[in-house]
Amino acid sequence: MDPRPAFRTVTDIDVAELPGRAVGLLRAGHRLALVAAHHDAAGAPFGRALRVVHLFVSGPPDTRTELHVRLDPDGPELPTLAHLSFPGGRFEREMRDLYGIVPLGHPLPHRLVRHFHWPRGWYPMSPRAGEVPPFAEPEGPYPFLEVEGDGVYEIPVGPVHAGLIEPGHFRFSVVGETIIKLKARLWFTHKGVEKLFEGRTVERGLPLAERISGDTAVGHALAYCLAVEEAAGIQVPEDARRARALLLELERLHNHVADLGALCTDVGHGILGTHAQRIREALLRLNREVTGHRLLRGGVVVGGAHLRAVPGRARMRALGDDIRSVVGLALGHTTVRDRFTGTAGLPAAAARDLGCLGYVARASGLVRDARLAHPLCDYGPALDVPVHTGGDVLARFLVRAEEADTSLALVGHLAEGLAAGECAGRPPAPGSGRGAVRAGVGIVEGWRGTIVTRVELAGGGELTRVKAADPSFFNWPALPVALADTIVPDFPLANKSFNLSYAGNDL
Amino acid sequence: MAAQVAAVCAGAPLLTGLMRQVRARLEGRAGAGVAQPWRDLRKLMRKEPITPMGTGPAFRAAPLLLVATTVVVAALVPLASTATPAGGSSDLILVVALLALGTVALALAGLDTGTAFGGMGASREMTVAALVEPTILLAVFALSMPSGSTNLADIVSGGLHDPDRLASPAGLLATAALAVAVLAETGRLPVDNPATHLELTMVHEAMVLEYAGPDLALVELGAQMRLAVLLGLLASLAAPWGIATTASPPAVALALLLLAVKVALLGAVLAAAEVFWAKLRLFRVPELLAGSFLLALLAVTASYFLTGE
Repeated sequence: MDPRPAFRTVTDIDVAELPGRAVGLLRAGHRLALVAAHHDAAGAPFGRALRVVHLFVSGPPDTRTELHVRLDPDGPELPTLAHLSFPGGRFEREMRDLYGIVPLGHPLPHRLVRHFHWPRGWYPMSPRAGEVPPFAEPEGPYPFLEVEGDGVYEIPVGPVHAGLIEPGHFRFSVVGETIIKLKARLWFTHKGVEKLFEGRTVERGLPLAERISGDTAVGHALAYCLAVEEAAGIQVPEDARRARALLLELERLHNHVADLGALCTDVGHGILGTHAQRIREALLRLNREVTGHRLLRGGVVVGGAHLRAVPGRARMRALGDDIRSVVGLALGHTTVRDRFTGTAGLPAAAARDLGCLGYVARASGLVRDARLAHPLCDYGPALDVPVHTGGDVLARFLVRAEEADTSLALVGHLAEGLAAGECAGRPPAPGSGRGAVRAGVGIVEGWRGTIVTRVELAGGGELTRVKAADPSFFNWPALPVALADTIVPDFPLANKSFNLSYAGNDL
Repeated sequence: MAAQVAAVCAGAPLLTGLMRQVRARLEGRAGAGVAQPWRDLRKLMRKEPITPMGTGPAFRAAPLLLVATTVVVAALVPLASTATPAGGSSDLILVVALLALGTVALALAGLDTGTAFGGMGASREMTVAALVEPTILLAVFALSMPSGSTNLADIVSGGLHDPDRLASPAGLLATAALAVAVLAETGRLPVDNPATHLELTMVHEAMVLEYAGPDLALVELGAQMRLAVLLGLLASLAAPWGIATTASPPAVALALLLLAVKVALLGAVLAAAEVFWAKLRLFRVPELLAGSFLLALLAVTASYFLTGE
């Protein structure tokens, strides 16, 4: 059965109308999923402009609404939406840093993604950006907010850490052992991914999408492919859609298992960490049999999917028993449970206001899952979205443990009737839609949360703009909120329970 | 006595190696081998010494002081023989004070680095130490009551001649309290996790993060020796059988062998137990240590009532 096609609306509006339209959409239950800026050349239908697309989504039923506004390319300005949508305010800061679009009336007009040493006035996404310039006079100081008072001291950590993790600087203001304020300054990993997409063919864009965040190869590749297929009008057969959903669940499984074990290791219960690693290794070997790559690269292709093998039921059942026994042992251990309970609680109201996604939102009582709102295929009764209301490390642990269970059930359900081999849809009849700029949106529930990718294709079929929004971009601001009143030695545990991506966050 | 010090110095890294190996095997890993801590020490000793900018004498002196106090404690404590030249000075209070001196020296060094981690580790270590030292004192006091002396050699030989004392409620309670205190003092689970790389959760390791090369080798050797000495003391107090009461070489040799077996056994049991433990939340550690203090207090009370009739 085909999932019902999404309701799509694209509206060109005047800049002044933007806040009013946004209020209407947000009140109607939409969320701001992505904001992307585009340089329209002089040959575009409305002439040279800096076009900003606000994408609002909601579901079910699967609804996507785009608002396009055109700004003066020589002095781009935009009324801010920061007071309506927290993620909106962050997207605006990102656009200002990369494009130089000024959000008027923004409550926090600091740089966000801009690296400290980029020279003033250099915007990497501008068509005139050219080669990366050497470090020069920065955009101006951006001091850390200093917490004052008796006995307050600061602990600076990173950006280089003791473990094999990505760079990020954390500044704790602490009294005794209690965290009063945490400032996470990330953005040390700008790789220019969005710029690298420009001008590639859709096939050559796929490997890049797979590498946006190494642990989310399927999620990002699939969001990219869905967007490209919508833009190019490619029909994907039912079997390929099922195969894609299957790959997505396999990715969720190996990441959830690794993190469930890592949470146990972080409280000093290493034996469960070791066993989770063993199970993860079995899953990675299964991944290699299924796609030829341990992290599932190459499984999703434009127009379809390519499976080398289909996982068998008995094997998945054995893995499931293993995972459940590790989870049971962890929850049955009094010290482990005590460490998890009540640590780094994220209230539901904060999660809603910050626009949290994925298991972070679901552990704080919000039902947010793109598999419900924007389904890839018919999931049947096997899809069960676990929600907990605690908001603490325990709730995130439980949500992920239960999601692993759901993923196992879904893998069994989706594998039925699938055969190994490549299954891809036909490209559209030649000549259809050629010449015009075509756009598409892909929405996928990756293991961290909802990934949204928006793609524009030029007349010749090459990529002109790809914007990917990883759930980490939405969830990072929740970490400092959850850590208020947590003690310093619990930070690594809380951080692991969020496990946000640095690479996916900072493209 | 010299033999005892030499045995502690040489055996301490092996004990740590043994504990790591036991743990690795129980977790299904191959492990690095029992001699790995010695290889690590050799590697560190060959490195060039580095002192961070802005550090003073406290930072430089601490590793030496730590090892020196531990060597003195190793000489004083009756591990292999109760009849040693230093036997007269192996006073309980002196031993605890020497251990505390080493801890304080290292905490001062942590503060001396001026880094957030040094200060954080030092503050945590002192919190733990402030709760541990009284427990050790009180526990051994309880054991000292029957012999009427705070001299450790007298206590141990008393236990040797009158084994009923060890199985008395006071003896058992004091041994339990001492065991918990030893875990905390040596930075083992569930108080501290010696295997973590997460600097924000560390207690002992955070304090010594700035050490490198030969200084780090001394700090590690000091920590390993403290573990060996404290486990040895626990073994001598709780199971003194085999300890030489004379200074004759064959008796001492046999006693050293038995000591090695007892400490290795204790270490292996501890390592095996650690596999099943997790680290307590930092704010729960005082509860654990208060519990062990209470046990020690009960031991003193019990020994007062049970021997005072």
